[in-house]
Amino acid sequence: MSARAKSFAARLLVYAGASFSMTVLLFIMGYILVRGIPHLSPALFAWEYNSENVSLTPALINTLYMTVLSLAFAVPLGVGAAIYLSEYAKRSSRLVKVVRLTAETLSGIPSIIYGLFGALFFVVTLRMNLSLMAGALTLSIMILPLIMRTTEEALLAVPDAYREGSFGLGAGRLRTTLKIVLPSAAPGILAGVILGIGRIVGETAALIYTAGTVPEAAENLLDSARTLSVHMYSLASEGLHIEEAYATAVVLLATVAGINALSAWTAGRLGRRSNGQI
Amino acid sequence: MNWMAERRSNRGGIAFGPAEGKNVSLKCFRESLAGGLFAAAACICVLAVVLICAFLLANGIPGMVRIGVFDFLTGTRWKPGNNLYGIMPMILGSLYVTAGALLVGVPAGILTALFMSRFASRRMLKFMKPAVSLLAGIPSVVFGFFGLVVIVPLIRELFGGSGSSLLAACVLLGMMILPTIITVSESALNAVPQSYYEGALALGATHERAVFRVVLPAAKSGVAASVILGIGRAIGEAMAVMMVAGNRPAIPDSLVKGVRTLTSNIVMEMGYAADLHREALIATAVVLFVFILSINLLLSILKRRAGL
Repeated sequence: MSARAKSFAARLLVYAGASFSMTVLLFIMGYILVRGIPHLSPALFAWEYNSENVSLTPALINTLYMTVLSLAFAVPLGVGAAIYLSEYAKRSSRLVKVVRLTAETLSGIPSIIYGLFGALFFVVTLRMNLSLMAGALTLSIMILPLIMRTTEEALLAVPDAYREGSFGLGAGRLRTTLKIVLPSAAPGILAGVILGIGRIVGETAALIYTAGTVPEAAENLLDSARTLSVHMYSLASEGLHIEEAYATAVVLLATVAGINALSAWTAGRLGRRSNGQI
Repeated sequence: MNWMAERRSNRGGIAFGPAEGKNVSLKCFRESLAGGLFAAAACICVLAVVLICAFLLANGIPGMVRIGVFDFLTGTRWKPGNNLYGIMPMILGSLYVTAGALLVGVPAGILTALFMSRFASRRMLKFMKPAVSLLAGIPSVVFGFFGLVVIVPLIRELFGGSGSSLLAACVLLGMMILPTIITVSESALNAVPQSYYEGALALGATHERAVFRVVLPAAKSGVAASVILGIGRAIGEAMAVMMVAGNRPAIPDSLVKGVRTLTSNIVMEMGYAADLHREALIATAVVLFVFILSINLLLSILKRRAGL
């Protein structure tokens, strides 16, 4: 084969690979949207769930609860940990190494293991039963490494001149961190938090045995409640309401796409801002 | 990670600590309190890993011992009704499914990364980057549902049988690991110095030859890391696999027969398992955890080598 033919073949291969990946995405999205959108009926959004309408509104409300609750645990801890790693700790300290190692380990653990751990620890040992609370605590551990990493990256991207200026004006480390560094890093932190929301919304395996599958909106923290993803899973695996499952998938996809766009937009704002100022 | 380290060492020259002032002691107290709180937050990660290990081991190991570690790991029959707990079929199931997913996902993923890093125009990238992150964001139940309504019927028509099979799981997981492989490989390819590429061109190589023979080999640690991450995702995926794999607890002997993985074994039976059965499921999770930890170890070695 001549060099030119080889190059042509290589180019063709690369194009084929790239079109395969894009086709996969477009086909999945297209198929579900085309099949699902016609079935987005008002009954699907009825306030109360029953086995006739398989309404997704309670699941949607539960997803909202779950997200807020998980973030309430994970964000302060994740941001605090990142502040410690980036602003307080000495680089060589052993604690930092251990924290980094464990954070990496956590981010590699599959969600079903989180689910099992949540079932053993929160549900059984701490006697929370299948509940919103147990699910949210499980998810908050799951997204902790994500929040930590993105926050730390955002903090490290803040120019040192900001800190020097603040110290020079006599501010202590706490004031510098809270008033100068954290606000400048806010868009990056927010982008990470939004990614975390994406994971919470899409999660199923970690919730089935921690938050349970009751299809009604939770009334208190110790109520069992299914989120939209778990609802989707129930519909698909029961196989009785395939049309509604398509429609639910559309709602889930739209939510995830919206979250993605929001995260990209916030992260983009960070990029523009620091480019302008460094 | 290197750039972070550099960043931090640059900061070494700045004098940290509270400035002199009237209320130095109050300030000192506040500073150290805050420092303590932040350190405590950082320790939550450590605590979480310790708790996860402790609970899995404490609940899984006794069961494993009662079944017999050897019988549990190498037994080929899983019949909770008859007190037979051998997870060899599930271990092999997980490995086969992961290997199949790599066959589907790795070539396409690396080629897509090459395209995005060295072939695509700016306009195309503007479309492809969000597309890849959207693919990464699709929840696994939606993937599973897609597999259930598209891939499974397709396999049923082409090859007969029920369609819920090893092949369906491989194809679906291959799609699911695409975004992982694309993003990590792409950033590794982008990190290769432009001078390598230019040097190859100067020696008379075509664009394609320079990319395949110079840029790709230079990024090999990063690309390998992306594959390992993909393995981690594939072996840990539970819901999507369970929805399409048929979940037959026997050693898979054909691509179009059902297969059960470690993850789906746990999800399927945890709901009603009790006593030894339940302990056997937790022991299954311990085995999965060991797999994941080894993958993590491999990944951190590769990452260090790639300088990511």
